[in-house]
Amino acid sequence: MARMKFICDTERCIECNGCATACKAEHDIPWGVNRRRVVTLNDGVPGEKTISVACMHCSDAPCMAVCPVDCFYRTDEGVVLHDKDVCIGCGYCSYACPFGAPQFPTNGTFGLRGKMDKCTFCSGGPEANGSQAEYEKYGRNRLSEGKLPACAEMCSTKALLAGDGDVVADIFRQRVLVRGKGSEVWGWGTAYGKPTAGNKPEGGKA
Amino acid sequence: MSKLLTPLVLGAAMALAACGEKPQSAGHASGLTKHDAKASQGAQNGFVASGWTPGDDTSWQTQLRTRAQQGQNEYTRSAAVPSSK
Repeated sequence: MARMKFICDTERCIECNGCATACKAEHDIPWGVNRRRVVTLNDGVPGEKTISVACMHCSDAPCMAVCPVDCFYRTDEGVVLHDKDVCIGCGYCSYACPFGAPQFPTNGTFGLRGKMDKCTFCSGGPEANGSQAEYEKYGRNRLSEGKLPACAEMCSTKALLAGDGDVVADIFRQRVLVRGKGSEVWGWGTAYGKPTAGNKPEGGKA
Repeated sequence: MSKLLTPLVLGAAMALAACGEKPQSAGHASGLTKHDAKASQGAQNGFVASGWTPGDDTSWQTQLRTRAQQGQNEYTRSAAVPSSK
């Protein structure tokens, strides 16, 4: 069974924002909503890193846990989606999400907060796959067309990988090996820091 | 007789009032949310990629694996030897 995941290779990301642009164009996302963003860590400091961030489709998603109307669901492919017909736009999910994935259109009358919008891993919503109703609410459903998310397929340096978790992990692992690295750039210690390692970068914050 | 019946009827009506209430939860627990079809069922448009059969789950998974490897992994096209460092 496929389990869809994103991974961003920070050694390759060149901060071109092609992923964010592809997402906006593919799903006709309105002003003020960014399903995907490119974030630079330690901007201006030598060794700065850039990473493309969107919904990570968590296995134990906090947005799902806090939603008071239970509008979220997980597909068989491991993609976290929501039903906009049930969403009440309360914003709890945006407070719960560690990645800032849930977005709210605020350009309505008096700046009212609309229903939540987020990355769908290009797999639409509960409406019929590839239907006009689904497109208008959630954007294109590329997974049901046999394609991968537009952001990853449009990434010029292939920094952003998307697909079955096993496949993208294999691709990334091979890159790491080709670079002559090993477990020091892979796994828990790299993601969350080692107890003995000084993780602060050189220089001050931008 | 009616003096006895009236409180009984009123009491029964009050006791059974909740039976007619409709569920007020909007989420999955209420069963009101729509069921999403599997992605492998295919899309109802003309943009479906060739090379797989909509409705066949194995075919869909193979299609996505192939697309991921061919589109995202350069080392399937040009061999790279891991450095000995």
